[in-house]
Amino acid sequence: MLQIKNLHASVNGKEILKGVNLTVNKGEVHAIMGPNGSGKSTLASVITGNPAFEITKGEILFEGKSINDLAPEERAAEGIFLSFQYPIEIPGVSMVNFMRASINDLRKSRGEEPISASEFLKLMRKKKELIEMDSQLTNRSVNEGFSGGEKKKNEIFQMAMLDPKLAILDETDSGLDIDAIRVVANGVNKLKTPDNASILITHYQRLLDYIIPDFVHVLSDGKIVKTGDKELALELEEKGYDWLKG
Amino acid sequence: MTNISNTAPLKEQSIATDVNGAKVTEQDYIELYEQNYELIKKNSAKALNLIREKGFENFKEFGFPTPKLESYKYTDIREPLKVDYGLNFKRLNFPINTSEVFKCDVPGVSTHLYFVVNDTLLAADNKRNKPLPEGVIITSLSEASEKHPELVEKYIGKLSENQKDEMVYFNHAFAQDGFFIYVPKNVQIDGPIQIINVLRADVDFMLNSHNLVIIEEGAKAQVLVCDHTRDDVRFFSNRVTEVFVKENATYEHYKMENVSTKTTDVTSLLIDQEQNSNVLGNLLTLHNGITRNNVEIDLDGENCETYLCGIVLSDQNQATDNHTSIIHNQPNSHSTALFKYILDEESKGGFTGRLYVAKDAQKSLAYQTNKNILMKRTAKMRTKPQLEIYADDVKCSHGATIGQLDENALFYLRQRGISEKEAKTLLMYAFAADVLEHINISALKDRMKILIEKRLRGELTRHEGCMLC
Repeated sequence: MLQIKNLHASVNGKEILKGVNLTVNKGEVHAIMGPNGSGKSTLASVITGNPAFEITKGEILFEGKSINDLAPEERAAEGIFLSFQYPIEIPGVSMVNFMRASINDLRKSRGEEPISASEFLKLMRKKKELIEMDSQLTNRSVNEGFSGGEKKKNEIFQMAMLDPKLAILDETDSGLDIDAIRVVANGVNKLKTPDNASILITHYQRLLDYIIPDFVHVLSDGKIVKTGDKELALELEEKGYDWLKG
Repeated sequence: MTNISNTAPLKEQSIATDVNGAKVTEQDYIELYEQNYELIKKNSAKALNLIREKGFENFKEFGFPTPKLESYKYTDIREPLKVDYGLNFKRLNFPINTSEVFKCDVPGVSTHLYFVVNDTLLAADNKRNKPLPEGVIITSLSEASEKHPELVEKYIGKLSENQKDEMVYFNHAFAQDGFFIYVPKNVQIDGPIQIINVLRADVDFMLNSHNLVIIEEGAKAQVLVCDHTRDDVRFFSNRVTEVFVKENATYEHYKMENVSTKTTDVTSLLIDQEQNSNVLGNLLTLHNGITRNNVEIDLDGENCETYLCGIVLSDQNQATDNHTSIIHNQPNSHSTALFKYILDEESKGGFTGRLYVAKDAQKSLAYQTNKNILMKRTAKMRTKPQLEIYADDVKCSHGATIGQLDENALFYLRQRGISEKEAKTLLMYAFAADVLEHINISALKDRMKILIEKRLRGELTRHEGCMLC
């Protein structure tokens, strides 16, 4: 599904990614771990096309096609979703309008008809139940005044609504208490199918108690320095990242 | 500049259009006034003649404003003032078919609808309008001067004569009519009074009008003024509106401007509040040429509530200056000012937020915010808070920002599949949204939301400006 080949990327002229190679197949869950500043969030931004980052070398293939030059919205239309580490508050735009604009623009770029009002409301209701999302939140402006946990849950709700092929969850567990992590993780697990894939970016092993990864990668100084299974995460938890640097 | 003597104005009589292309000057207006003094007076609302001569003397002394003056720093109307306009001293009727111009319809809304063509209030369509509560007067200032001289003469000029403003002086010298609204004690008008100002002329045209609104004790009224241009000529509109809001009264004033880029609009909105009164002013500038809104609200009683806000959406070479003063003269009042601008292309914005708290106005609360987004490097914004606080037990704040759309928010929306253009529209709309919340007429609010979205998408047409007609 996703193939990253020798990816180099920089922001404001500073090179952050220094040759990342990664392959993600349908049905897989990958965890990317690593110390602060190793480039984890940059990798998520570059895959999703954040214009603040520049690819200087290498290639990102999605379903066999290069997406290096695609705009963020075009990548979204291909089925790539990012759950943001810091979801943005947009006062004045209601969740309902936001989601409808999102679904309809995605449909449009796929050559589909806009969603009908009743179909849309039905979908909202169904996905809210799935994520155990408070009904009131979708009546408010996007993320405005949401608590940290509500914002993250809202990201998973949007993921459920948009049904992406590849979901990248950037530090979805950061700032959450155990109950919130469980709710978020349940949501992610429920959305998992043999046809989609996800990449979890996380500092800590904690989230991986709830979402079991098929692969764990360690990113350090812009490169993947080690790959293993879920045992690697436990080992890291015990020994710290310094253990890999030596 | 010429006095229009029939419906086809006599351009050739114009004193200013000579072969050298000389422009109209203050001296030309002084001569025009002196030559036509009797004509101006004869065809004027009587009450306006009471303040005319003083206005003229002031105009002779001070002339037109230039950006060198602190109060006109952000309004440059020197060029439009040089244009050779026609003035209609004889007050000839300009034919207009109102139903043809404004066909649009918003179902389920009823306003008390009035048309003002240039400075002339047309007779209301009584088949359409619901009857007004007893004692309410909505008429031209001329008619009010005849029928209710005691009311009109008591109030006319009481606020505007205190204004040290060159364009108000000029207005006093030349204005001949306007509208008059009177709401008697404890009468609450159901549904807004909508005044549609239509600028209508076949040649470049200037009008000066003077409006008077009196809201008696415990009364309530909402006035929605919509400005439109009908013709593709240059207009210069200079309007003064005086509003008296008595004890426990509530007044809402909405100004919705959707006029051609060839229009210069100078509006002075002067409001006096007595104790326990409540005023909301909302200035919505959707499409314009050069606009100067001069708003002064005097809080002359205790426990007044004042909310003054506005939105400016502009592009091309449009220029808008909201020059606001809120004056706390008595204790325990609460005022808020909130203005938001979205400026694109070469457009210019100006905001002055003057806040005056007198020595005796203890426990005043006053907040002021001006936020601006520049869509391009070529757009310009000038903003200036001006706080003068003489009391020592008050809470006052002010803040101004000028910036661009948030790149992170833009990426967030685009990551959800929303196109860049649509994402920008959504964010601009969101930026303006809190001002729209201060529209207490729900149908107007809904209509404004649609108009603003269209404006942001560049799809607004001039004929769409009318709100509820």
